[in-house]
Amino acid sequence: MTVPRDAEPALIDDEAFLIPQPKGGSIWAYLLENVLRRNGILVAFIVIIVALSIWQNMFLSPSNLTNLVLQYSYILVLALGMLMVIVLAQIDLSVGSVVAFTGAVAAVLVVRMGLPWWVGVLAAILSGTLVGAWQGFWVAIVGIPGFVVTLGGQLIFRGLAQLTLNYVSLSPFGGAYYGISNGFIKGWFGGTSFDVFTVVVFAVAVVGYAVSAWRSRMARIKYQQSVAPLPLFVLQVVLVAAVALFFAWRISQNRGLPVILIILAVFIMVYGVVMARTSFGRGIYAIGGNLLAAQLSGVKTKAITFWTFVNMGFLAGVAGVIYSARMNSAQPAAGVGMELDAIAACFIGGASTTGGIGRIAGAMVGGLIMAVISNGMQLAGVSQGLQPVIKGLILTLAVAFDLWNKRRTSVAA
Amino acid sequence: MSDTILEMRSITKTFPGVVALDDVTLTVRRGEIHAICGENGAGKSTLMKVLSGVHPYGTYEGQIVYEGEEARFHSITDSEHEGIVIIHQELALSPFLSIAENIFLGNERYTKTHLIDWNRTNAEAQELMDRVGLVENPTTPISTVGVGKQQLVEIAKALSKSVKLLILDEPTAALNDNDSEHLLGLLRNLKAEGITCIMISHKLSELMDVADTITVIRDGHTIESMPAADATQERLIKDMVGREMSQRYPPRERHIGDELFRVEDWTVYHPTQPGRVMIDHANLNVRAGEVVGIAGLMGAGRTELAMSLFGHSYGAHITGRTYIRGDEVHLDTVDDAIHHGVAYVSEDRKRYGLNLLTDIKTNTTSAGLYKLTSKLFGFVNGNEEIKVAEEYRSKLGIKTPTVMAAVTKLSGGNQQKVVVAKWLYTDPDILILDEPTRGIDVGAKYEIYTIINAMVAQGKAVIVISSELPEIMGISDRIYTLSFGAITGEVPIAEATQENLMELMTKEKETLK
Repeated sequence: MTVPRDAEPALIDDEAFLIPQPKGGSIWAYLLENVLRRNGILVAFIVIIVALSIWQNMFLSPSNLTNLVLQYSYILVLALGMLMVIVLAQIDLSVGSVVAFTGAVAAVLVVRMGLPWWVGVLAAILSGTLVGAWQGFWVAIVGIPGFVVTLGGQLIFRGLAQLTLNYVSLSPFGGAYYGISNGFIKGWFGGTSFDVFTVVVFAVAVVGYAVSAWRSRMARIKYQQSVAPLPLFVLQVVLVAAVALFFAWRISQNRGLPVILIILAVFIMVYGVVMARTSFGRGIYAIGGNLLAAQLSGVKTKAITFWTFVNMGFLAGVAGVIYSARMNSAQPAAGVGMELDAIAACFIGGASTTGGIGRIAGAMVGGLIMAVISNGMQLAGVSQGLQPVIKGLILTLAVAFDLWNKRRTSVAA
Repeated sequence: MSDTILEMRSITKTFPGVVALDDVTLTVRRGEIHAICGENGAGKSTLMKVLSGVHPYGTYEGQIVYEGEEARFHSITDSEHEGIVIIHQELALSPFLSIAENIFLGNERYTKTHLIDWNRTNAEAQELMDRVGLVENPTTPISTVGVGKQQLVEIAKALSKSVKLLILDEPTAALNDNDSEHLLGLLRNLKAEGITCIMISHKLSELMDVADTITVIRDGHTIESMPAADATQERLIKDMVGREMSQRYPPRERHIGDELFRVEDWTVYHPTQPGRVMIDHANLNVRAGEVVGIAGLMGAGRTELAMSLFGHSYGAHITGRTYIRGDEVHLDTVDDAIHHGVAYVSEDRKRYGLNLLTDIKTNTTSAGLYKLTSKLFGFVNGNEEIKVAEEYRSKLGIKTPTVMAAVTKLSGGNQQKVVVAKWLYTDPDILILDEPTRGIDVGAKYEIYTIINAMVAQGKAVIVISSELPEIMGISDRIYTLSFGAITGEVPIAEATQENLMELMTKEKETLK
């Protein structure tokens, strides 16, 4: 293992410290330092959205926003698990195959054998988790690199998907299973031109966000930590609220609140907290940052590696359910290349290719960038061959931008 | 030819927000060994980077006059072209290539058809290796030879480029005494051949021994330049730290209590080479309020002993017993060790001690994180964590405006304090320090010794492993010597001399029994 040579730090005393400090506490300086530097990719995302909505006026329409949620949610689910694997300095190349395999398991039970929808769901998620345990065993206990184990897994589980389905598609699931990815909740509180319930749910979420942001701000002040200037804090909350409520209002004019959006929101919140606030998440960052130091600090490196892969398998099972429900069928070739979308989402979102760095929020924004660009190109009728070219360019440019942004502000990643 | 080979005049180099070099002047005479010393962060390496073109012409103020002409190096290639070669502290060799390949890397020997001429490569490599006194086969892979020999390969590589001015950054920092001695002898030979040498070093006795002139740099200023004959340790230390250091080791009242930790019959085998005994039936103990030193040469098994005790982090087929306050304990995992109050500060902080990707706060709490974690769901109390990190920052005097700063922004001494803070936060009763002052400056060393004193004043036990005998004799109450994996002696501090310790440290196993 090579540790980068640390140039003798030109450090003399406190005054001459190299960390850029917000100058004079002005709001603009703070904005420049914190918003642009830390959230460059978020700014890029907003620019892309604005550009797309000008280019294609269909883009922000109620039906398209709803479609966006339905169509790309599985990428975000996979990106949650993939981010943890990548921060661990591993990779999982098998998730596309596992999506196909778990969808196939559900289809055999629900479509072919006529069992209830929830049996299919549980079986798919359980088989995904077992796949994760299998791969986690080889990576964590035996010590084979995740790249190799999951490359093998990609072949194994693609093959098992084909065998399970006997090389044919199975459809339709129908009923509640179909509803997981295509169902809506609406009309509980009435409303004619738009669904009141959808807007109310978002409003409650926005209030919850504002309260928790305020409480964490107060706690930081109590512990004498620096916080954003108050006007800026208010502006941030108002902006988030406005965007969320605009989104809610638009989709409420269509079919209401997608079931999948609720599932997705719960997952994102849970995993965001796991990575940022728990000792398990800390362990993942510590292992990815310096495995030897983590071991010598008492971090249970094997257990954490194992459970991170189990979790990836679990989420691949969830994505398998979501995807097969969305398609209303299980296909032997389902999910080809999905692992690459999930990996790309993480890297666009600022995760380091060598581990130790990456945030859930970043991966989600990365996934959304992939989603809106795909969607925008479909709306515009960009040709089949050109679409992956553009996605590939975006991936490269996004990471280059991120790197440039970090170097410019001379911040250690 | 003038008598002066190099003159750096009024060099000022600034980085955003910091002046690294302020009006530094350095004059090097032809054919001398010129030593530069100073605390970490004083600007020595920056000065050498300016000289070698790592910081190109135009990014600094001032003038470099080399061989009578103003030099404007835009890159390291420019300076090498003029015969200036810099050898960094961390060697830049490719581990899986052979010695000969490394010597001619980027400077290959070709046949007429422009293919690599292996016969010429190996033959010329052999000549250079003879010149530096390296007894190895030119085709041996670098990864299989020790650090001392790797250093010689670097010098051979420099010689292959017809070096006139050789710059060595801490050349002996990672070497044992024999290898250091050989290297310093080689520098004297090169001097006789007319090669000028600039050497950066922390080891004062060594540079007083080998250098002709010594320049001290502090806080980016030249303090003074003196003939080595006029230098004394006291004068150099005073120049380096800017104050009189009447004592290198802080005084301490000794209150030694009951036995706290005992190791019996500790035997450890090599993790990958079956049958190779690394630690051989070691017995040792340490009492409350006592500092016990473990002295041994490189390869004696010092780190192996410490790491095997600390949660079996090293070795295989470990046998033996460990007792804390008379009760037998099993320290089979790092977690066990931490919960039994054992802490281990490793010798290589960047490799084993720190997560360099993250901040001071996260590193500080990484071993004692369980204290900040809720039982249910394992939530970390982030605000309390900041408070803890702040507390240790002020307690240990870690120089940083905020604990949220990246650890890579800290100097070596401050990084070491972060590692120590991380282990103090686990509230250990037994603290094992492995080379705690390696590569840190005199002032920071003193602070580390003060921390050790504070630990034992609280009735805790400290085990210090060090390759510097004066240090181990300066801080210990009792010293064990280790040689070829066996404890060869136990010497109370009153009876310890460098000579009798060295004798015990070089005792071979066969002569033991």
